[in-house]
Amino acid sequence: MFKAFGKRPDEIVRRIKDGADREDVKDLGTAAVIDASFDVQPGEVFVVMGLSGSGKSTLIRMVNGLLPATSGSIEVGGEDIARLSAKELRRVRREKVSMVFQHFALLPHRTVGQNAAYALEVQGLNRSDRERKAEEALQMVGLDGWGGSMPDELSGGMRQRVGLARALAAGTDVMLMDEAFSALDPLIRREMQDQLVELQEQLGKTILFITHDLNEAMRLGDRIAMMRDGRTVQIGTSEQILNDPANDYVAQFVQDVDRTRVLTAGAIMEPPVAVLGTEQGPRTAHKLMREHQTNVLAVVDRGKKLHGFVHEAAVAAAVAQGTNTLEGLLQPAPSVHAETPLAELMTQAAQSEAGLAVIDDAGRLEGIIARVTLLNALAEPKHTTHDTPEAVTAP
Amino acid sequence: MITTAEETEGVGVPRLNVGEWIETGFDWINDNLGWLFDIIQTVVSTLTGGLDGALNTPDALLLALVFSLLGWLVKDWKLGLLSIVMLVFVISIDQWENAMTTLALVAVAAAIALVIAIPLGIWAARSDRVSQTIRPVMDLMQTMPAFVWLVPVVTMFSIGVTSGVVATIIFALPPGVRFTELGIRGVDSEVVEAGHAFGSTPGQILLRIQLPLALKTIMAGVNQVIMLALSMAVIAGLVGAGGLGGEVMRAIGSLDIGLAFEAGLAVVVLAIYLDRVTSAIGHGGMAMGRMSKLLRRGRPRRSPEPVPTNTA
Repeated sequence: MFKAFGKRPDEIVRRIKDGADREDVKDLGTAAVIDASFDVQPGEVFVVMGLSGSGKSTLIRMVNGLLPATSGSIEVGGEDIARLSAKELRRVRREKVSMVFQHFALLPHRTVGQNAAYALEVQGLNRSDRERKAEEALQMVGLDGWGGSMPDELSGGMRQRVGLARALAAGTDVMLMDEAFSALDPLIRREMQDQLVELQEQLGKTILFITHDLNEAMRLGDRIAMMRDGRTVQIGTSEQILNDPANDYVAQFVQDVDRTRVLTAGAIMEPPVAVLGTEQGPRTAHKLMREHQTNVLAVVDRGKKLHGFVHEAAVAAAVAQGTNTLEGLLQPAPSVHAETPLAELMTQAAQSEAGLAVIDDAGRLEGIIARVTLLNALAEPKHTTHDTPEAVTAP
Repeated sequence: MITTAEETEGVGVPRLNVGEWIETGFDWINDNLGWLFDIIQTVVSTLTGGLDGALNTPDALLLALVFSLLGWLVKDWKLGLLSIVMLVFVISIDQWENAMTTLALVAVAAAIALVIAIPLGIWAARSDRVSQTIRPVMDLMQTMPAFVWLVPVVTMFSIGVTSGVVATIIFALPPGVRFTELGIRGVDSEVVEAGHAFGSTPGQILLRIQLPLALKTIMAGVNQVIMLALSMAVIAGLVGAGGLGGEVMRAIGSLDIGLAFEAGLAVVVLAIYLDRVTSAIGHGGMAMGRMSKLLRRGRPRRSPEPVPTNTA
C-alpha cells in the first residue's frame, strides 16, 4: 500500500510507481509509505521497526483508517479498510481494532476506570458491564484498585498500563501499538515488554507493534518488518534479520544489538552427531566416539529422552574392564530449553566441557550446543561487508 | 457609483462613497428584515426587563448576600468577604438599582453572545475554511470603535435597552468565538486520535473529549465576553440603555463629578465581582470548588478496598 501527503497525492504515487524516488517527488509532497506489503497472522506479534521519518507511524494509522491509504488495500478480518465508509470504519474500530498510543492519550478529566472503559462506552455497553470489564482489564495489567484515581496521579509506566487496559477492555482481536513503550524509562520499558509478552501468552491477540528500538523489536516480535524511507527493507524473524540482514542498512542496525539476548539456544543448536541408546554398552560408545571424532556422547532412551552424557575417559576405562552396561558411566548433562537466550547459557557452558544439551519440556533431546558453536554464534554474521572489530574474531 | 465630482486630497483619487453604500445596505436590511428585528426587540427587551425586575425585587442587602455566598461557593471565603464589602459599598452610594439594571443588560447580552459564539467557535475549530472566513469578520467587530456600532443599531431598534444589548453583543462576541476555537484546536491531537481509534462518532469526540479538555480556555473566553459586555454596557448608556451607563451619561451632561465617579466605582465593583467569579469557575471551576467538596464529603467511596497510596 502507499501513502503520500501533499496536494496531489495520486500524482506522487503514480511517479513513485514509475520508478521515482522519495527525493524526486519532494516538491509535490511526502511519500510517507511506499509499496509496503505484509500479512500479519492471527495471534502474531508483528513489529514494524524503523527510525523517525521511516513511515512506520503513518503505516500503523492506515491499518485502522486514521489515515486513508492513497493507493492499495488494507484488509482487517476480511474487510478492506480503504473502501469503508466513515460509519463502517467506526464499527471496525469498535469491534476489531484497538490502539495504544506513544504518549498514552488518556483523558485527563476522567478517572483511570473511566479511561479504561472508554472503548466500551463508545460501544454502547451499559454502565455496570463496562465498569466490570474495565476493572478486569485493569487487573490484567496489574492496576486493580486504581480505578478511582486520576491519570495525573499515576507514573508514566502506570499511565501506559491504563492505555493498555483501555485497548484490552475493548475486546478486539487486533491491537495496534504505536511506539507504546518509547516514552518510558528503560527499566519501566523492560517491565512493560515483559508484561506484554506475558499477556500475549494468555490472550493471543494479533498485535502490530511500532518501534524505533531494535532491541524492543527483537524481544517482542514474532516477525519484524524493517522500514527505511517509507519502504519495507526486510521482513523476517529476529534471527533471520540478525543472521541474514538483507542489506547494509539492516546490517548496520543489527551491529548494536545484544545478540546474546536475541538469539536463543534453539536457533544455534546443532543436531547431535551421534547419540547412544541407554541399552547400548561401552563398546558401542567407544566405536561411535572414534567414528565421529568426539569425546562425549549424549545418552537417550527410545523416547529420545535425555539421560546424560558419557565421556571418553570413562568409556575407555569401562571397555578395559569389560563392563557391558553404561551404568555408572553416565554423567548428568547440563541441559537448557530451546527458547533460552544465549546470555543465560554462558555460565553453564563455561562449567561444562562437553557442551550443553537442548531439551524440550518432556526432557527429549533436541540438539547439542558445543562451546565452539556458542562462540561462533556470538560473532558477527560472516557475510557482513563491514569490517568491525567483532568480525575479526569470526572464523 | 464612483463620482469624481467631489474633490479628494489626492489628485485623481476618486471619492468613494463607502458611507453611502453601507447606509444603503443597512436601509435594505431595515426594509426587508423588519420582522426579524421585531422578534429580536421583543425577546431582548422581555429578557432584560424581566431580569432587571427580578434583580431589583428583593431587598438589596439580601441579594448582595446571595451574590457573596456565590463567590464563596465558587472560590473561597476571601472572595465572599470581598464581594459583600464591595456590594454593600454600591448600596451605600445609592447605585444598587442602576447596577442591577446594568447587570441584567450584561447578563442577557453575554448569554446571547455566548450562545452564538461557542457553536461558531466549534465550527471554526473543525473547518479551516470557516475559521478563515470568520476571522476578518471578528476583527472588524472587535476593532471598529465601539461607538460606531451604536449608530446602525439605533436605526434598527431605536433608542432603548434593545439597542444597548445588541451593540453589546456585537462588541463582546469575538473573544467567545476565538477562545472556543483556540481551546478546541489546542486539545492534544493524540487524545482526539485515540477517540477516533476507538470508534467514537464526531459528536462523541466533541462532547466527551474536545469540549471537556477545552473547557478552561472556553471559560477564559466566557470571562472575556462578560468583561467586554460590561465595558460596552456603559457605552450603551448613550443610546438609552439606562443603568450605570445612563448615570454616566447624565453626569457628563451636567458635569457632575460626584455622580460620574459614583457610577464609575459601581462599574468597577461589578467588573471585579464578575471577573473573579467567572475566572474561579474557569479554573477547575465548580469541580474544584467548595460546592463539590461538600458533595464529595457526603458521599462515601464505593470500593471496599482501601485507597492505594502511591508509594511506588
